[in-house]
Amino acid sequence: MLNFMLRRLAQSAATLFVMSLLVFTGVYAIGNPVDILINPQADQAEIAQTIAQLGLDKPLWQQYWIFLKGAFSGDLGKSFAASIPAIELIFERMPATLELAFTAMLIAIVFGIPLGLLAGLKPDSWIGRSIMAGSILGFSLPTFWVGLMLIMVFSVQLGWLPTTGRGATVDVFGIPVSFLTWDGIRHLILPATNLALFQLALLIRLVRAGTREAMLQDYVRYARAKGVSERDVVRVHVLRNILIPVVTVVGLELGSLIAFAVVTETVFAWPGMGKLLIDSINVLDRPVIVAYLLVIVFLFILINLLVDLLYTALDPRVRLKGAR
Amino acid sequence: MLDAAMKKQIAPTFSSFSAALLAALLCAAAPAAELRIGLSGEVTSLDPHLLASQPNLTVARHVFESLTDVDPQTRLIPGLAESWRAIDATTWELKLRRGVKFHDGSDFTAEDAVFSLQRPLSIKGSPGGFASYVRAIASTAAVDAHTLRIKTKYPYGALPEEINSILIVSKKHALNAGPEDFDAGRAMIGTGPYKFVKYQRGDRLELARHDGWWGKAPAWPSWDRVTLRVIPADPSRTAALLSGELDVIEHVPSADIKNINKNNNLRVTQTTSWRTILLHLDQYRAQPPGVTDASGKPLAKNPFMDLRVRQAISKAINRAAIAERVMEGLAVPANNIVSPGVFGHNAALKAEAYDVEGAKKLLAAAGYPNGFHVTLAGPNNRYINDEQVLQTVAQLLTRAGITTRVEAMPMSAFLGRVRKEETAFALLGWGSFAADLALRSLVATPNAEKGYGAWNWGRYANPKVDALMEQALASVDRPKREALAREANTLAMTDLAFIPLHHQVVSWAMRAGLNYTPRTDEFTFAHHFTPR
Repeated sequence: MLNFMLRRLAQSAATLFVMSLLVFTGVYAIGNPVDILINPQADQAEIAQTIAQLGLDKPLWQQYWIFLKGAFSGDLGKSFAASIPAIELIFERMPATLELAFTAMLIAIVFGIPLGLLAGLKPDSWIGRSIMAGSILGFSLPTFWVGLMLIMVFSVQLGWLPTTGRGATVDVFGIPVSFLTWDGIRHLILPATNLALFQLALLIRLVRAGTREAMLQDYVRYARAKGVSERDVVRVHVLRNILIPVVTVVGLELGSLIAFAVVTETVFAWPGMGKLLIDSINVLDRPVIVAYLLVIVFLFILINLLVDLLYTALDPRVRLKGAR
Repeated sequence: MLDAAMKKQIAPTFSSFSAALLAALLCAAAPAAELRIGLSGEVTSLDPHLLASQPNLTVARHVFESLTDVDPQTRLIPGLAESWRAIDATTWELKLRRGVKFHDGSDFTAEDAVFSLQRPLSIKGSPGGFASYVRAIASTAAVDAHTLRIKTKYPYGALPEEINSILIVSKKHALNAGPEDFDAGRAMIGTGPYKFVKYQRGDRLELARHDGWWGKAPAWPSWDRVTLRVIPADPSRTAALLSGELDVIEHVPSADIKNINKNNNLRVTQTTSWRTILLHLDQYRAQPPGVTDASGKPLAKNPFMDLRVRQAISKAINRAAIAERVMEGLAVPANNIVSPGVFGHNAALKAEAYDVEGAKKLLAAAGYPNGFHVTLAGPNNRYINDEQVLQTVAQLLTRAGITTRVEAMPMSAFLGRVRKEETAFALLGWGSFAADLALRSLVATPNAEKGYGAWNWGRYANPKVDALMEQALASVDRPKREALAREANTLAMTDLAFIPLHHQVVSWAMRAGLNYTPRTDEFTFAHHFTPR
């Protein structure tokens, strides 16, 4: 177990390092943030002075070295546009994104597993067919468009839910959350649904395929022969066995929900990290872009680790490599 | 407006009818007026001296004020200074308004003004600071509590314009304050019509009326509370207005204006913006990048240095069609460096008429009967329909014989290309409230020592224009200065220092019950909205 953790740790550190190097070089290649943020009234001397103050006149390797030195002491640099530490900006916006991603995942699980099960148990019925047809829409329609349609129908036409923004928040252990207020929940429904659609479709398909496969297995046949009720067959024998791929996918997809909530956050003006990333890319706010991607990579690493640990709990046959 | 706020408080099961009824009843009891505005740009900081971007300034100008102010047509009007005059060529004396209170109840004095004019220089590490506006100031001194004397390093007529950009903060609260103190609201103590209530970065700023504000009716703000929401995505901003969640949105997407105008519950107001869209032409390299003959070989000399070629390009562009079709009415054809009504604008200069044949003749006379090839570069996410404008210009030029390829990219990447001098023909938008200031940045011969021509990408050089612009800026006599600025503008335009395309039109959409005098400087101010 210790061996496994140590190796994971080393891999993670290497990933973070490579990621920071790639992003740093990439943003450097696009252009100079001073060009886009500079006061148009600035003259040549002021532009040069600004570039020097921000250290952007140094060669790339020096700039990267300064960044690395800072990073090791926990300082990922200050945002150019806001002049406050990039990591603070990200952590300030993280609760909003996590809240959105977890709600979306919850929606996907709560609807995805039962619907997938139903479609798998009754593949030829009209209900099974319509669930599958619906899931195709979830896959194929662009998030941006669906988001706007949700706003047009539920906010503009029907007036049921607010169009954009985050609702009233309450602090829980110092973290502002909005799912505890009615206003907050109303603001959360549309963006979370929009973000959940793809995962929902994915889960339906995954669970359906797993169910169909499991239903043909010998252990299901024996269970039936033993006289186990159909309900218990599904609950104990089918569902338990298809949970492993589901946990993997939910875990990985949670990462991408957090990382790629960007589009949904933009459409719904949701003040999360994704919107921060887009705004930062637009003005080449490198410290924020680098810090954001490092945080995301770190989250992915953490989630993968949790998924691996969950495996062992779900399936005793699985042993972590190096654990023996 | 109040209706929606009330709905949130009562049980959601109420039918909207009874909620509206209840709201109406409550409304009669407590007339608390709220205005909710959708802004189009991301606010990066509340510190009024950190980053000179329009969204940051929009927000800051609700809480803070400047010594000189500008009216909706960009003309200077008194702000915290009641009057100002030049005592001699390098000394300005400003009489400050009496009885002005900060939000904490303390008095505004000349000390606060002196401090605020110096603060931009003390801010390090800002990529777009305000130091440029106070560059000309040698010293600032408080003569008494309500008199301020500013000495300039050289005779400088544009000082009243420059200090309009410097917002006055409370010395007591801002002395040791950094951006985080402003973001948290601790240092958000200004003299403006609105007080800071709450800020959620990336989402909203809530404000309440400053009841001790010095302004009187009819300028007295109509709204007790104001919420500024940040919604950069165009369709979402429009949707928030359509749903009644917002009362006002700025920068209405051109595609939505028609539908909003048809909606009886909404209205649109618009005016010509100060933003001029123009094309810079390389006029300094013998063989500019992207300029070739039909076979892709560089030309013998730079065609843009020939006035006839520049005239041909100008004639080949159908500005009326661009304004009507591509911009869907959100543009006014231009032949000026500044918009109509702006200081130094010359109304006698009419936009060049569309004339392909004339363009072809001029090209032939200049020695290019078969035209040549160019690459036109520009942003695709900065100005209204910028990429479509680039495409249209390219097609029009191609029709006249100049085969034009378009390179449209995000502003950040585009400016990177420009800085590396990889473009020879490029689109830029510029907003200014004085022609001489615009000329200094866009047209004056680049000179790092004097700080001229920082945005003169084509390095156009004309000593006559330079001299007139310098005289204008050095003139503290405003009528004389405007005449000189207008002359310099006229000269630059007749010589086509750059190709002017159009002035953008800026628009606001709002509930039918509201009124707003559209501002040429594109600012959205809650305190200028009135019920109709």
